[in-house]
Amino acid sequence: MPAILSISGLSKSFGAVVVADETSFDVQEGSAVGILGPNGAGKTSLFNLITGTLRPNAGRIEFGGTDVTAQSAAKRCKMGIARSFQVPQPFGGMTVFENALVGATQGAGLSGRDAQTFVLEVLEATGLIDKANTRAGSLSLLDRKRLEMARALAAKPKLLLLDEIAGGLTDGECVALIETIRNVHASGTTIIWIEHVVHALLAVVEKLIVIDFGKKIAEGEPKAIMDSAEVKEIYLGVDPDV
Amino acid sequence: MNARIVTRATRASRVAMIIGLLALIVLAAAPWWAGRADLRLMGEIFLYLSLACLWNLMAGYAGLVSVGQQAFVGFGGYMLFALTIFGGVHPIVAILIGGLLAAVLSVPIAILIFRLRGAYFAIGTWVVAEVFRLSFAQASALGGGSGSSLPVGVVKSLSESRSGREALSYWLALGAAVVVIGAVYAFLRTRRGLALTAIRDSEIAASGLGIDIWRTKLEVYVVTSAFTAIVGGLIFLQKLRISPDAAFSVNDWTAFVIFIVVIGGIGTLEGPIIGTLLFFALRETLADYGTIYLIALGAVAIVVMLKAPKGVWGLIRDRYDLELFPLSYRVRVDSNDKGA
Repeated sequence: MPAILSISGLSKSFGAVVVADETSFDVQEGSAVGILGPNGAGKTSLFNLITGTLRPNAGRIEFGGTDVTAQSAAKRCKMGIARSFQVPQPFGGMTVFENALVGATQGAGLSGRDAQTFVLEVLEATGLIDKANTRAGSLSLLDRKRLEMARALAAKPKLLLLDEIAGGLTDGECVALIETIRNVHASGTTIIWIEHVVHALLAVVEKLIVIDFGKKIAEGEPKAIMDSAEVKEIYLGVDPDV
Repeated sequence: MNARIVTRATRASRVAMIIGLLALIVLAAAPWWAGRADLRLMGEIFLYLSLACLWNLMAGYAGLVSVGQQAFVGFGGYMLFALTIFGGVHPIVAILIGGLLAAVLSVPIAILIFRLRGAYFAIGTWVVAEVFRLSFAQASALGGGSGSSLPVGVVKSLSESRSGREALSYWLALGAAVVVIGAVYAFLRTRRGLALTAIRDSEIAASGLGIDIWRTKLEVYVVTSAFTAIVGGLIFLQKLRISPDAAFSVNDWTAFVIFIVVIGGIGTLEGPIIGTLLFFALRETLADYGTIYLIALGAVAIVVMLKAPKGVWGLIRDRYDLELFPLSYRVRVDSNDKGA
């Protein structure tokens, strides 16, 4: 399968803080990739670089075979990259339905009834349908996270970036979330997922990438990665000799 | 499964629409029932309402907190005088041309000041307005620093009689308010209006969902500047006299407008309407007290900002879930389908 996303030599630093250090990897179309790394490793910054919120100091990002390194965030969304934010960024004064409608009309380019029907489907799938008329600013944290997902899905992405969407959920909620993400994946959407809730991540992804200090330190099949001494030491903080 | 349908109009919005239309008919007939002073006051109210709606669209929705829109009020006013005196153009045509010229002029200004953020943007707009004021003060053909009056011939070209002219300038003011509110409402109902509302709430999320923030802001800035210049033309058509200090007054055309929008409810369509009514109610009851009037305005602004940051309309809306202009989408289960 061809790579939908291809990153090569990507570097970004803010003064002395390096958030991406010559990072390179490919994501195959239709796959689901997990990203692990300690806090401050540069995971969210990597998403910001992929979506265009941040501009790299060096390197190249290709999406669907096109160089998008110089494209704006808005353009990249229209091309098919959508994300959820780690810290939810709801359109607080708008209802849940309207939030998702922005994704459908702007990102996916739908209009009129088509957009409305699609948004209702997305809200149904993400468990938000009963809160469709609620102002997003008054949602609970869990619902805000769901809304992040719903809004991104409403943009009909080819590549969906999920940033710590499972944090703070109960076990039951987590199972429902995994189910939703699996369905999205099964429909052909490529997923890159940053997550500290490792069991949720492992239930979905086929490949793991581990980063630390902006550097990719491991990439491969999830089980092998989780068992590797280097990852255990750096990410899990466990002494591999014990 | 019940079918879900999406609607926009609510009972409140339908009632508001009917009351609004009735009020409009009564107001349009004002030259036959209102006295000269009242007519003048109402004309001023409509022009302030227009300015407030425009500033609200720009600052409340697009996040462009400008304190320099007096640049375009004054520009529109001066274009009225310049084009009628030197171009021999009919005043109404001159005002519309002034709007077009303001639109053209606002593009390079936007490119310059959009590089600034937050407070720096606000200061930048003010500097631009001062440049306008100083430039027009140099125009000796238009009276320089002391300004000039609209020649009798130009005034007569509107209407032979004084009452005819006053009625016309009242209708123009009412028309401006209706056009501005109507245009802002129609725009906010569209897909792009939805995008603008998204920008109001979170720019970072909006750009991530495919909205070109810079272009949207530019469009809003250009359109509001053009309309602001047209309203400026109408203001000075009512005053018949212009000077740089009056035309580019930050107090009259920006501070009061911000007061109106903030106490009414920034980022809502209803806010500026309520704010305008409150502002004029305060002004008409307190204006005789001189300085105390301004102190009272300031006190009201501070109290509203502390106790009700979303303004008077924000309080009402949150409490009663009310919306007079049907902009929201409401999802409900279709009751006809319920038994199925």
